[in-house]
Amino acid sequence: MNTILEVKDLSMDFGGLRALDHLDLNVVEGEIAAIIGPNGAGKTTFFNCITGIYNPTEGEILISPPGKKRKKINGLKPNRVTKKGMARTFQNIRLFSNMTVLENVMIGRHCRTSSGIVGAILRGRSTIKEEKDVVDFSYNILKKTGISHLVNEFAKNLPYGAQRRLEIARAMATEPFLLLLDEPAAGMNPRETRELDELITRLRDEDNVSILMIEHDMKLVMSLSDRIFVMDYGRKIAQGTPSDIINNPVVIKAYLGEDIDA
Amino acid sequence: MIKAQEIKKSFLVSLWFMFLTFPIMVIRVNPIEKFVEWRWKNMLVVGIGSFLLSFVWRYMLKKKEAGEKRAETGESGKTFLIQRILEERRFYIPLVTGLTIIAVAFPFIFSMYQTSIMTTALMYIVLGLGLNIVVGLAGLLDLGYVAFYAVGAYSYALLNYHFGLGFWSVLPIGAVLGFIFGVLLGFPVLRLQGDYLAIVTLGFGEIIRLVLENWNEFSFGPSGIANIDRPGFFGIQFSLQTASIYLYFLMIGLVIFTIIVVNRLQNSRIGRAWIALREDETACQAMGIDKTRTKLRAFALGATWAGMVGVIFAAKTTFINPASFTFLESAMILSIVVLGGMGSILGVIIGALILILLPEYLRAFSDYRMLLFGAIMVIMMVFRPQGIIANIRRTYKFNE
Amino acid sequence: MEYFLELILGGLTRGSIYALIALGYTMVYGIIQLINFAHGEIYMIGAFTALIFTSVLTLLGFNEIAVIVLASLAAVIYSSAYGYTVEKIAYMPLRRASRLSPLISAIGMSIFLQNYVLLAQTSDFLPFPNLIPEFEFIKPYRHIISSPEIVILITTSTAMILLTFLIKFTRTGKAMRATAQDRNMAMLVGVNVNRVISITFVIGSALAALGGVLIASHVGQINFYIGFVAGIKAFTAAVLGGIGSIPGAVLGALVLGLTESFATGYVSSDYEDVFAFGLLVLILIFKPAGILGRVTARKV
Repeated sequence: MNTILEVKDLSMDFGGLRALDHLDLNVVEGEIAAIIGPNGAGKTTFFNCITGIYNPTEGEILISPPGKKRKKINGLKPNRVTKKGMARTFQNIRLFSNMTVLENVMIGRHCRTSSGIVGAILRGRSTIKEEKDVVDFSYNILKKTGISHLVNEFAKNLPYGAQRRLEIARAMATEPFLLLLDEPAAGMNPRETRELDELITRLRDEDNVSILMIEHDMKLVMSLSDRIFVMDYGRKIAQGTPSDIINNPVVIKAYLGEDIDA
Repeated sequence: MIKAQEIKKSFLVSLWFMFLTFPIMVIRVNPIEKFVEWRWKNMLVVGIGSFLLSFVWRYMLKKKEAGEKRAETGESGKTFLIQRILEERRFYIPLVTGLTIIAVAFPFIFSMYQTSIMTTALMYIVLGLGLNIVVGLAGLLDLGYVAFYAVGAYSYALLNYHFGLGFWSVLPIGAVLGFIFGVLLGFPVLRLQGDYLAIVTLGFGEIIRLVLENWNEFSFGPSGIANIDRPGFFGIQFSLQTASIYLYFLMIGLVIFTIIVVNRLQNSRIGRAWIALREDETACQAMGIDKTRTKLRAFALGATWAGMVGVIFAAKTTFINPASFTFLESAMILSIVVLGGMGSILGVIIGALILILLPEYLRAFSDYRMLLFGAIMVIMMVFRPQGIIANIRRTYKFNE
Repeated sequence: MEYFLELILGGLTRGSIYALIALGYTMVYGIIQLINFAHGEIYMIGAFTALIFTSVLTLLGFNEIAVIVLASLAAVIYSSAYGYTVEKIAYMPLRRASRLSPLISAIGMSIFLQNYVLLAQTSDFLPFPNLIPEFEFIKPYRHIISSPEIVILITTSTAMILLTFLIKFTRTGKAMRATAQDRNMAMLVGVNVNRVISITFVIGSALAALGGVLIASHVGQINFYIGFVAGIKAFTAAVLGGIGSIPGAVLGALVLGLTESFATGYVSSDYEDVFAFGLLVLILIFKPAGILGRVTARKV
């Protein structure tokens, strides 16, 4: 198995506050990995570091897209990181609310297409073809994520569960090799969560995408993930298979505090 | 039924405004002749006016809140008459035909003066559409738009004065210079977030005007440049009358060209990126869009249009000076975009026609023109931020 | 040397006027993250109100001291009332709107107020009486500093001290700081946020009015347009110091005042405004957080 994401010794400081503390983590091709941990453990900060929104204080972030050379991506801008093949969703849904569902996904195609201003104005044959491909590609992703019936709705008018799915669809449109999901099941009801479980598995199996997700829903994490990383106070305190983690006393302590009554 | 409580509220509002406007509206002093004029009539007008307006204000606020609640519960708003007309072919075609006939016949029916006013309105349509790319589509509040307009106007005036270059050869030069200035000014400032960007562009706009005013050797200072050539046609110079008709049709052509370009742009890869950037910068960047480059494109493209119209402006008035390029000019173009509807082509056209033609034809209005512009910007933002005509997103056809 | 000293004092005087206006920008920005474009106009209205009251009171035969005090008071009261009203009309309904909307509304308000004064009063420059008497003790130093300059320096420093006291030690000040930190949280713990915002506008406007009276009587003429340039310069000062920071606004204003004073004194006075605008553009590009501002992490 190839390691596709390698994070070494990653630290992030905000003023005097250390949000990430010498974190090591890796993701191998084809797996679904999960990061869990209490609120404020630094999970989203970790995502922000590896996707280029923050520039980490210390450490290295290396990616090896399948079939390509290993590369360091520290300090790259978010758009460059996405272009290299890591796409993300946001915990507090950040859709383009006044654009339609289809257009939201079409934005994801931006970095895989190339027509510019002149092309748009002249609207030549290649531009028309590219545009048509973008529409078809995007629509197919909507079908795959199960929201194709909402295609011409405004993103802001979607029900909550569908907005979460649209976030995933939009990220998938950038053709990532690694999909980063930030609390994809937050706010979903049990039925929606079950459907999400299926969707994520299907994306991994059919689209050759590996997945790293932050999630609080333990049932989902346990059923989906191949491996779990546990974070607390900006550090990784444990890692392993779901069964390893569930029995790990350190993890139980981090979640429940000092008194172990549960 | 208007309740007593409502009346009391409005009465208090009216008292407050009578107090508020008392020194400025009622008293007028002439410190030189030591003379004070009391205008008590104004106080009455303010009192009655604010009493009535406060009802309207509260009614509209309530209506807006109700609308917001409807939107939150997912009920989609009604489609507007104009949108329906545009969608149906059987209305659309006669409408366009009718407009074409009016547009072609206009200069032959009306006087030269009317034609000239209409030409000005057309120029503002193009300026509005250009700024609409920057503000409406990309969401970048550019308060120094007039700087690029000045660049275009001065490039024609100076090239014409020094080298005798004609209108048609300078038109593309003006556009290119607008573009270059857009890139040069845009590059450093586009990293800034929304409100800072607004101030910096305002600062740049003022700097350019101040330089034009003070650098006498280059721009002839406040006295400006006169006797600029009117546009010719393959070396033929027209009479004043013909030239104004010629300019009118030139502007009609430019308006159509601009509409086509902006329409194509907003439904293109770049246009979508602009709108996404306006909606959410962080998400947009995370989707692989280069923020700075995308902004720069919008900024420079908007500037290109301003440069082009600047050349036409110089050719139309045959005289320019820095006074034509103040912040108020930028504000005027902005209020066209705001009134019409940010991002909406049809909205901007209607906005420009209303704001430019209304003060021209209703003479009583013309003094109150800027007052009106300011009020419109506030009122639109409070009650209808999407403008008269909200931007409609297109729907796509796809193969399954 | 004397010329140098004169420039320094001139710069400090200018700077302290900018500071009075800049405080309004920075306080409002600190609380609702809005550049209150209409703030310059509030200052202009303050100056006009003072002029109008001075003329009327003088004609009514009040003595000099009474005229100064009453006219300044009227200016402060009216500017505060305008600031309060502007907030209620143009900004309060937009609390939950996107960031661009209140900004456009503010620009609209600024244009509206300018033209309101233009139409109701005049477009000409009006001579403004010099309200500040000539002090005897200053006579020997007249070539370096004038009595209006001394009055300006003293008044502004007093105002700053009072403001600092208000914000640091009073309940209102505490509520203001809480609202600036986190509006929702402040609301939850029982701060009446709308009231705090209104108070902020009132205080900012009152300071601007004070600045308006002082500068108008120093310069000796006003018109409807003075608010625009003064507004931009004060804003520059606020940004220079780090917008949202109160000591920053004062520091920024003094730096701007001195820069202008030296630039016009030693380089050229034709480009006086260009220096300010240029400085603004440069800071925003290279150090948008200002001298005392902190860089805040972007929340995602």
